[in-house]
This record gives sequence, structure tokens and C-alpha cells, in this order.
Amino acid sequence: MPPGGGNYAVDKSCRLQYNFLLTSIRAATHNFTPKGTAMKEKLTQIRTAALAEITAAQSPAELEALRVRYLGKKGELTAILKQTGGLSAEERPAAGALANTVRSEIETALDASKSTAEASALAARLLAETLDVTLPGRRAASGRRHPMGIVADEVKDIFIGMGFRIAEGPEVEYAEYDFDKLNIPPNHTVREWSDTFYITEDESVHLRCQTSPVQVRYMEAHRPPIRIISPGRVYRKDEVDATHSPMFHQVEGLVVDHGITLGDLKGTLNALVGKLYGGNTKTRFRPHHFPFTEPSCEVDVECFVCHGASVGSGSGCRVCHGEGWLELLGSGMVHPKVLAGAGIDPDEYSGFAFGVGLERLTLLRYGIDDMRLLFENDMRFLSQF
Amino acid sequence: MLLSRKWLSEYTKIDASPKDFEDVMTLSGSKVEVTRDPGAEVRNVVVGRVVSIEHHPDSGHMWVCQVDAGQPEPVQIVTGAQNVREGDLVPAALHKSVLPGGKKIEKGKLRGVLSDGMLCSLSELGLDAHDFPYMTEDGIMAFSPEDAAGYKPGDDIKPLIGADDSIVEFEITNNRPDCLSVLGLAREAAAAFGTELRLPEPSVRGGGGDIASRLTVEIANPELCPRYTAKMVKNIKIAPSPRWLRERLRAAGVRPINNIVDITNYVMLEYGQPMHAFDYACLAGGKITVRTAKPGETMKTLDGTERSLSPEMLVIADGGKPVGVAGVMGGENSEITEATRLAVFESATFDGVSVRKTAAALGMRTDASSRFEKGLDTENTVPAVLRACQLVELLGAGEVLDGAVDTRAGTYVPATLKLQPERINALLGTDIPRGFMAETLIKLGFAVAPDDTVTVPSWRADVSHYTDLAEEVARFYGYDKITPTLNPGSETAGGYSEKQRFENSLSAAALALGYSEIFTYSFIGTSDYDKILMPADAPEYRSVTILNPLGEDRAVMRTTPLPSMLGALANNRSARNDGVRLFELAKIYVPGADDRSLPDERIILTLGAFGGCDFFDIKGAVEELLRGARTPDVRFASGGALPSFHGGRFARIFSGGTEIGFIGQIHPNAAKNYDLPDAYCAELDAELLLSLRAPEPRYAPLPRFPSSERDVAVVCDASLEAAELFAEIRAAGGKLLKSLSLFDVYTGSQVPDGKKSLAVSLSFRDDSRTLTDAETDAAVANILAAVGAKFGAALR
Repeated sequence: MPPGGGNYAVDKSCRLQYNFLLTSIRAATHNFTPKGTAMKEKLTQIRTAALAEITAAQSPAELEALRVRYLGKKGELTAILKQTGGLSAEERPAAGALANTVRSEIETALDASKSTAEASALAARLLAETLDVTLPGRRAASGRRHPMGIVADEVKDIFIGMGFRIAEGPEVEYAEYDFDKLNIPPNHTVREWSDTFYITEDESVHLRCQTSPVQVRYMEAHRPPIRIISPGRVYRKDEVDATHSPMFHQVEGLVVDHGITLGDLKGTLNALVGKLYGGNTKTRFRPHHFPFTEPSCEVDVECFVCHGASVGSGSGCRVCHGEGWLELLGSGMVHPKVLAGAGIDPDEYSGFAFGVGLERLTLLRYGIDDMRLLFENDMRFLSQF
Repeated sequence: MLLSRKWLSEYTKIDASPKDFEDVMTLSGSKVEVTRDPGAEVRNVVVGRVVSIEHHPDSGHMWVCQVDAGQPEPVQIVTGAQNVREGDLVPAALHKSVLPGGKKIEKGKLRGVLSDGMLCSLSELGLDAHDFPYMTEDGIMAFSPEDAAGYKPGDDIKPLIGADDSIVEFEITNNRPDCLSVLGLAREAAAAFGTELRLPEPSVRGGGGDIASRLTVEIANPELCPRYTAKMVKNIKIAPSPRWLRERLRAAGVRPINNIVDITNYVMLEYGQPMHAFDYACLAGGKITVRTAKPGETMKTLDGTERSLSPEMLVIADGGKPVGVAGVMGGENSEITEATRLAVFESATFDGVSVRKTAAALGMRTDASSRFEKGLDTENTVPAVLRACQLVELLGAGEVLDGAVDTRAGTYVPATLKLQPERINALLGTDIPRGFMAETLIKLGFAVAPDDTVTVPSWRADVSHYTDLAEEVARFYGYDKITPTLNPGSETAGGYSEKQRFENSLSAAALALGYSEIFTYSFIGTSDYDKILMPADAPEYRSVTILNPLGEDRAVMRTTPLPSMLGALANNRSARNDGVRLFELAKIYVPGADDRSLPDERIILTLGAFGGCDFFDIKGAVEELLRGARTPDVRFASGGALPSFHGGRFARIFSGGTEIGFIGQIHPNAAKNYDLPDAYCAELDAELLLSLRAPEPRYAPLPRFPSSERDVAVVCDASLEAAELFAEIRAAGGKLLKSLSLFDVYTGSQVPDGKKSLAVSLSFRDDSRTLTDAETDAAVANILAAVGAKFGAALR
């Protein structure tokens, strides 16, 4: 856009108006007195000079000076106008009108040029203020969520969305809750001192092996319908290695209500797997045994790395090792003895329960190959998530 | 449990590829871990007959053999072995053959003489002398005529060495000890594949005289030994077992020893019933007593270890001494030896818990004890011992005496229950016909009467309830055929509890303040208390103690999160990370009055930091956390530092009168113990924070009148704590003083020694009108007068 070009239309319309007025004045005052004629010429001069100077002006300051010079109280136009009193009564209105027209034309030109000058001044400033936006930002570093915390929240959110509440309970637990009321028989291997951390010689208190005792405590305190998950720390006597830890985290779930079926268990766990690993992830429900559920099943998910393609290939898949399936969950229909032990009538209600290891979910989720990393808390590890 | 497909095929013929077998067994509940083919790699190794042997022309210790390998012409093979005889049947690895382990054999010249292959030793075929007891380990295998019966030169070697099998490893769940046997798995497989099951029916000729006149059995503790069955064999002839039996043991992972030992192991594998054989001559008084051990009794077990027995352990004794630890291991004093002439076979059941505890106490979990501890079928003792005696006769290992001593408490009554097909379908969410249910149960050995009475077989003690029947039905119906549904039950409102939301908000705040989340072990060692300089008489030193920890460093449940936090900081320090800020929201375990009362598990928010920070950085984070947690009336009090902390840089944190945590710089000696530079930690009790939390804020109208600001610097004693000064300023400022914020602390040449200058911005406002300058100045003057009077502090 050429300088001032944007104001062309304004200029033009003013000029047309001026020409029209000039013509009409001539028509009305074809017999101007010499005095009137001189004033008319003077106005024309002022107009011409002012418009030229305005066009030539470079800065808002120069324009302001022109405004004062022409339109100010002691300006040239004002001085002329004061002289209209010397004109005849016939000439006076026409001369006044002409003077006002000139004044408004100058004002319009001044305003137009001023906004043009301001726009260029602003453009120049902005150009001068240009930053290298690729320089790094000044960050208020927030802390990093532990990957296990991220996955735990995700699992909790999935179940909360399905109407579950979150139940908690003690980690140092009575055998009564962790074993007896879960129908774990006295000769079960989990009770061995090689498997469980004991606190008392009489085996009445130990570090819980699962978060299932929370379910028992919850059932004792609440009536169906029950939908809970119980996440938390559990303890088993495994030496630390890439896939074992003597302390790990479980998320267990429990649903008890009228008419709960094994089909409901399948539907709920399919929903979990779908949300964790994508809606098309296949699951496999495999009969298994847990003392606290009957029937029981383990749930495998199709390997989400090879999708079963590595089965029989011999080469194996780094995640499923050529099995095509990943063991993910233990589950089953709550054993009637467990319901009855917690004061819920198994003839009236049924339920299902499941458990999943949070470490395993986390390792699978992020492709982490060593569980020990989860407990070393090295920032080089934590800052990856 | 290892299962030989060859052995299995004796009871049920299943024509399925290894993969199909795995899938069908796994999906019907017998989880296959892996299938191994012992002969997978072996190629082109055949039976050869040594036709002739000559000395190698250039070597004193090598032989050039002409071997009939079933080809038109003999194959010439050079060997360094010294035991080769003309006429021997030997394994010949021909040109381009492969041995176990993938070793390839090709023809070549040995000292100039062509060798068209290799004669193999035991180890070259992955075997040892237990597999072929008559062979030598440092020579060529030469098969006995019995072993090689039916084989001719050129035949594949694999069937002859048991390498033509497929070994399936199962994960057997605790409730199914019956599947720790070939017969049990055969029953499952037959039901899963719909094949016919042919069970052995052991019969014994006997004729060796009557047992009754020789042996008496007495059970002193029938609750620990429900049944004890014994049979006897005379004229024992100890010898190696035949090849078929050795192969089956080997396939199951058991080493062949001699015929009598092998028979007991074979029956354990086949029937799932552990057995033991005693030398009758070593049983004083011809008597067996099953009793608990007497105080101070000892016995040397078969592994040669002298064991101290305690009175809760069940033993097998003769008239006087113990001769075996019941269900765990026999005694050396009654072991079967070459000299044994008369043997007693024991086939018994013992209480599972007792066996488990005894085995654990003696530190000897054996094949037998791991079966007994699951609780075995009392009705299996007789068939098993008969099977053993049948094998004795079959192997010519001795003459079986007539009759058995069979002692038991009470009689066996089979368990019964109702089928309830509708209830099973309601539990499964299915519509399975009753007929399918009954057929499935019958295949598994149950009886189903027309009135739906189900009789449970003796080996299925795990079945006692309709849900157990539901599982039997479901696993053969197929879990995959059950339609997934999302339960139509009552709606429930999900969500976090108030406590959980509060904890989530604490974590979120810590993250926002730049602290990263960590997870640490709940157990630590008492040496960790020492590392943080905790005195041994501190109350926190007393901890919930794990009686069987993985190590002393993981032996107690922490009563303070500090060692865990410092450990995590130390890990980062050694990884050369800097500017580390960590938090953990986790429990400590404050012991109860005694071991039997559960500890108070308190959730503590712990902050830890080192690198590029000082006390006031972490204090600022704590202050911000407490603001977010709406903790009212927060106060940091100096003095009384915990030993883990720098005495002059420590504060206890109070909300009103309640101590909610503390903050400080780690004591240099403690920091040194973790190889840390200056480090800072804070602890806040999350449960206290929740209980003290102020109510949600109510809206207060925004000020309608402007406030007046005044900056004031006050010189006071350097020892005066800012909190005291500020409290006085606030008190003197009254309700017009709306805020006070510190903007400078100065000590140095501009103020006298022993003094400091604290500069604060004060903001005054009246909610009902605009304050005049005069009023504000008067308020400031009032404040200065107050602090002057109280602390001798003066305007700088």
C-alpha cells in the first residue's frame, strides 16, 4: 500500500465536496466583493499548502505541529475566519461554509496521516522487537509422576467410570483376613515361611500377600451392591530381580450383587483391557485355581507387540517370548465361603473378583525391561514419563 | 509336573500336535508351561552293529571300525574308545548327522584314515550312566540284547534312547494333587479330547507267605496319619530297572537308581502316591509305629544329614527308633541296600499341614512332601501299593507276600452333592444343558444319579460345592464360549473418597512445585536408623519386625520415611543427577502395643531435595503445600531438632497446637552416610492435615476502598526470630493491617553488630472507607512503638 493510499477515498470525497461547494458559492455570489474574493483565494491557498505539508509530514510530531499551525487558536485558518466579520451579509454564509469545509478537509487529512504514521511507527517497533522464538523457554519445572502412579491413576479412573469405589486397608494384616476368610487352606503354600513375611511366630500376623483382605473387610462393613477396587502394596518373599520384587502393588476388584455372572466378569475385564490396550485387544480366559474364587480363571491378553505373529516362529517376541499371550490377571466368581464368611448370604448374592499387578501393567505399558528401575527412583528414569 | 506323551498314550490315545495338545489342555484348566522334544535336534543317528575292528595304522589308541548301519556296505568309523567289541550294537552318528545340543558330525580323516561318522558315548547323546547303568561313561554306548531287542542296524536311534517323546510341563494348581500324576493328567486329557481312558488294574500273584505274622502297624496320631498301608516283598534282588521304566522316570525328571527305588518313584509319578521302602531287617520288633517324635530324638535321613526332631513332627518308628520322617524322607538306618532281602513298602497319607511344617522346619521339601502337603487321596494307598508289587513281580525284583497291613481311622464315605443345573447356569451366565454337565462330570470320574445326586470321586477333595461343579462344567464347556456381559445389577456411584481426593491433591501440589514422585520399599534395616543417626533408645527405633526377612536390610517396617527418601536421593547423587527434588506419599508403620495388635499405618508426605536449593526453597514448597491443603494457623518452631537434622536448620511445623511435621537440613553426618551434599527433607502427616483442614472458603466481597502501602525496615537483635517480630507487628497493626510481607533481611556494616534489619511491606485498608495518609502513618507509628517497647527494635 502506498503511503497515505488508504486515505485516498476520503481525500477524494472531500475534494468532490469542496469542488461542489466552490461551484455553488460561485453561483450564489457571482458578484463577490473584492474583499470576499481575496478571502476565497486565501482559503484556497491555505488548503493547498496545508494538504501538501500534511502529505509530506513524516512523524506524528510534525503532524501535530501542522495541526497547531493551521487549526490552532492562533492558526492560519482561525485567523481567516476572524475576518469573515468584514464581509457583506450576503457573502458571509458562503465564506463561512467554505472556511469550515477547508477546516474539515484539513482535519480529515491530518487524522488520516496521523494514523498512517502511527501504524508505521508501530510496525517499525514490532520489527525491532523481534525475538528468536526458538530459544528455550524459561520453565517452571514441575515434578514427574512415577510411571506406576500414572498407570495406577488410569486403572482407577477406568473403574471409577464403571461405578467402582476405592477401598483401602492395612498392609500388616491378620492371617484371619488375608488367609482364613479368603478360604486359603491351612496347607496352602502361600502360608509357608518361604513365601510370606511373618510378624508373629504363631503366624497370626504377616505382611499381606494380596489386597484381598481389604475386600473381606469391606464386605463386612458394607451391604451389596458392592463395586470396589483395592489398590495397594503387597508382599511376597521373592528375591529382587528383573521380574520380581518382595514388595509390589496390586489392584484387586470386587463386585457383589444379585445375579452377578461369570459373563459379567468377562465383560468387565474385557472393558478394562480394551481401555488399557485398545478396544480390539483379544483376551483369553483360562481355567485356574484360587482358593477365594470358584470358578476361577486367569486372563491373558493377546501380545500387543507381535499380536500372536511370533507363535511358533522360534525367533520369539521380546514381550511375549513367542507365546502370543501375556498373562495379565487372576479372577473368578467369589467363593461362597468367602461371601458367607463376610456375612453376605451366598444363596442371595453372587460376585466376581480379580487382581492385577501394577508393576506388570507398568512394565508392559512402557516397555520397561527391569522391575528394579521402578524402585530406584533415578531421575534419568522418572523424567522419561 | 512333567508328562511324557508316550507314557500318557498308554492310558489314552491322543492324536494331537504339541501345539494343539498345549492349547486344549491349557484351556481346560491344565496349564501347559512348555513342551520339550528331547530328540528335536537329533538327525541321522542310527543303530549300528560293529562288524570288525582293526588298530589304526598310525595311532596306538585309535580303532578303525566297520559298522553295519543298515546300508548295503559297512560304514567305516574311526574311534578312540577302547570298549568297542565286534558284534556290539552301538549308536552311529553318520555323515551329516546332528547330536543333542546341535553338534554336527561330518565325515573326515583321523590321522589319515577316513571316518564316515562317529560312534557315540552316553554324554554325546545327552545321557548318563543312570540311563544305561551297565554302560561306561568314558566309552562308546553298547546296548544290551534286552535293551536292543527288536532293533536292527539302520534303525533310528531315538526310540532306543527315549528321544522320540514329547515332554509336556504342566503348572498344576494347589487344589489338584491328583494331577501330579500321569493317571490324573490322563483323565483330564481324555475328558478334554473325548478319548477313551484305560486305567491300569494292578493285580499281584503273591505267594510269598503271609504278611500278618511278620508286621504290625500302629498309628498313634490318627489325625496326622489317616491311613497307612503296607505290603512286603521277600527275596529282594536289587538290579537296574529295565529300559522302558528308566526312560519314563527320566522323562519325568527323575533319575533311575535301582529297581526297588525306581518302582517307588514310578508309582509316585503314575498314581501320585509317594511310597517308601524299608529294609525289614532294620525294623526292630517287626513293628511300625506312626507317632510324633519324642523330645530330643534325632535321625539321619537318606541324604546323610543328622536331623533333630521336635515333638510336633510325625515320624515312622519301629519298636523304638524313628526310621523315617513321615511324608518327607526315610531314614538311613532302614535304607534298602544290596543286602536287603525283605522289604516293606509304605503307602500312606499324612496331614498336609503337618508335612508342610515339618518339611519347612527341616529345610527339606522333597517330591514326596510337596505332594503330601496338598492332602492326598486316602483311597489311593491300596491301588498304589498293589501297583508297586505288580511291578516287583514284573521286574523279577522279589516275591510279594500275601495280604496287606492296612490301618486307618474310620471308613471312607464318598462326598455327595446336588448338581443344580439352573444354579450353575445362573452363576456362569450360560444355558448349558444338564446332559452336558452330567457327561462332563462322569468323564472326570464323578457319578451322577438321575435325581442329580453327584458322588465325588475320592481324589477330588477340592469339590464340595455347586460352584466347584460349575467350574468343572465351565472348563470343559469352554470359558471362551461364555458371552461377556456388563452386569445389569444395581447402579453404584463410583469415585474417590474424601481422603483419597485429598491425597491426590497433595501429590498434584507436590508435582506442581517441582517434586517428582517416588516409590520405595516399606521395609528397611535397623542399620538405616543408625545411618540417619537415630538413637537406639528413640521410640521410632522400635519397629514391626519381619521374622523371616529377605535380609537384615529389609527386616523392619519403617517408622520413618527418611531413610527411604535419603536412599532415593543417594541413588540420584550416584547417578550424577543434580537439582533433585523428590516426594513420596506413603506409609510408615508405627507398632502397636504388642506384636498381635496391628501397627498404626500413617500416610506421610515426604519431600527431599539436594542441589541448587536451600532451607527456604523447601520451606517455600511446604508453605505452598499447606496453603493448598487449607492447613490453618501454620507455625514453624525452631529448636528441638531431631538427631537426623542440622540443629540450627530445623523446624517443627504446627497447625494451631498440633505438630503436623517437620522440616530441616539433613545433619552433615547423616548426609555423609548417604554420600549426599547438603540435603533437605520435610515430612507432613497427611492424615493430620486432612483432619485439620479448614472448611472450604466462603466468598468475601472484593475491597471497595484502596489500600495504603508502607515499606518499613526495622533494626532488631539478630537473635530475634522473624516470626516473633511479625506476630507483634500483626497484633499492633490491628484489623487495618491486611498483609505483611518480608522483602529484605540485612546484616552488615549498615547496622550495628548483633543486630539485623528486617524490611517489610505493610498493606493497610479499611473496608468501609478510604484511609487517610495520617491514619496510615499513625498505624505504622503504633506498630513501631509496639516493637520498640517489646524488642527494642527501631526504625532503620
